[in-house]
Amino acid sequence: MNKRKITVAATGLNNIDSPGPGIPVIRGLKESETLDIRIVGLSYETLEPGIYMHDLVDKVYQLPLPTAGSAVLKERLRYIASQEKIDVLIPNFDAELHNFIKIQDDLKNELNIATFLPSQAIFDERQKSELGKFGEKYGVKVPESHMINQVTEIRKLEESLHYPMVIKGRYYDAYIALTYEQASNYFYKIIAKWGYPVIVQEFVTGTEVNVTAIGDGKGTCIGAVAMRKLYITDKGKAWSGISLEDDELLDISKRVIENSKWRGGCELEFIKTKDDEYYLLEMNPRFPAWVYLANGCGQNHPEALVKMALGEEVKPFTNYQSGKMFIRYSYDLIVDISEFQQISTMGER
Amino acid sequence: MKVRKNIAISENGFIFNPLTGDSFSVNETGVFILQKLKEEESEATILQNLMDEYELDAHTAEKDLNDFLSMLQNYQLTTNE
Repeated sequence: MNKRKITVAATGLNNIDSPGPGIPVIRGLKESETLDIRIVGLSYETLEPGIYMHDLVDKVYQLPLPTAGSAVLKERLRYIASQEKIDVLIPNFDAELHNFIKIQDDLKNELNIATFLPSQAIFDERQKSELGKFGEKYGVKVPESHMINQVTEIRKLEESLHYPMVIKGRYYDAYIALTYEQASNYFYKIIAKWGYPVIVQEFVTGTEVNVTAIGDGKGTCIGAVAMRKLYITDKGKAWSGISLEDDELLDISKRVIENSKWRGGCELEFIKTKDDEYYLLEMNPRFPAWVYLANGCGQNHPEALVKMALGEEVKPFTNYQSGKMFIRYSYDLIVDISEFQQISTMGER
Repeated sequence: MKVRKNIAISENGFIFNPLTGDSFSVNETGVFILQKLKEEESEATILQNLMDEYELDAHTAEKDLNDFLSMLQNYQLTTNE
């Protein structure tokens, strides 16, 4: 069968110990049975391993950091589009999504680059700081959460929340605090790295279970695969995991995707308590770094996203194999300094 | 007591619970009991089968079976339906 040739740009090439989803997304795309996909990698730093993975990433361009804003990003993409015909762009970082959502219509209209992102309103609804309202609106249990800007607010929260409590950054990082001293330390650590606000959350005891899912933006969940981490790094990232057959968890996840009319990939993080109750801890607005497991189980979510971005109708996946495991590994790439020089000085390779 | 739906038990005693992602290894006697449970045999029948198969007295067989069944329940591998 002749595969249709297209070009997809993807960010998240930081395939490190706390990996971005870019490389797993690209692996899924490269395994498409109907599309022959050329990959344009979009990087932020010169040592992102994906830049040097020639078998997966055909060409690389550096992007300005998200803090530079959407106008600078658009200008850079305009240059990239003058060099490459990009059909679809998949942003894979939480922190960059705001900019891409803002310019998604311009990308389509001016540069003919398709994306498949939620609207700003739906994106904002699932922000960590809005989790309580989100849970109520979409009928899913969530732990009590508060957004704070001053360390003294932790004292006030001690009236309703007990230790241990979870101290979280706006985008990343979460620490379990057993005392006020620990909580205040984590508060400062988080604001130094991620800025304000800081989220203080009730600690729910149980087993962490996660779902990678994709919605069509019209109220249909196209795919969902549940996973439990089997081995985690010191940063809490999955180094190994196994796909689960948990109908209730999938039902809850589908309900969230369908009712919120989520458009694109996402990750739902839950705690399953001893009483078999599920608490949604977070909804991450992009594919997780373990999304390649979904492909291994029979649901190629990145491919489905690209097809929907191209305006094609994708039928929802109805099942997947449980008991499939992923085991991450590290691998040293040997790279000549000329290649590093190329990306460092020219901003592309 | 029944083995939960979808629990996979291999001949060499490897058990996988797809609901929780847990896996376990049991010995030959464990496989013997699990197979009987899967065949929906009653606990009384399994007890008698254990005594016959391993030449055990009633007291030892009952104690071992009860220990094993409570362990299965603890790990959410069985239901009482």
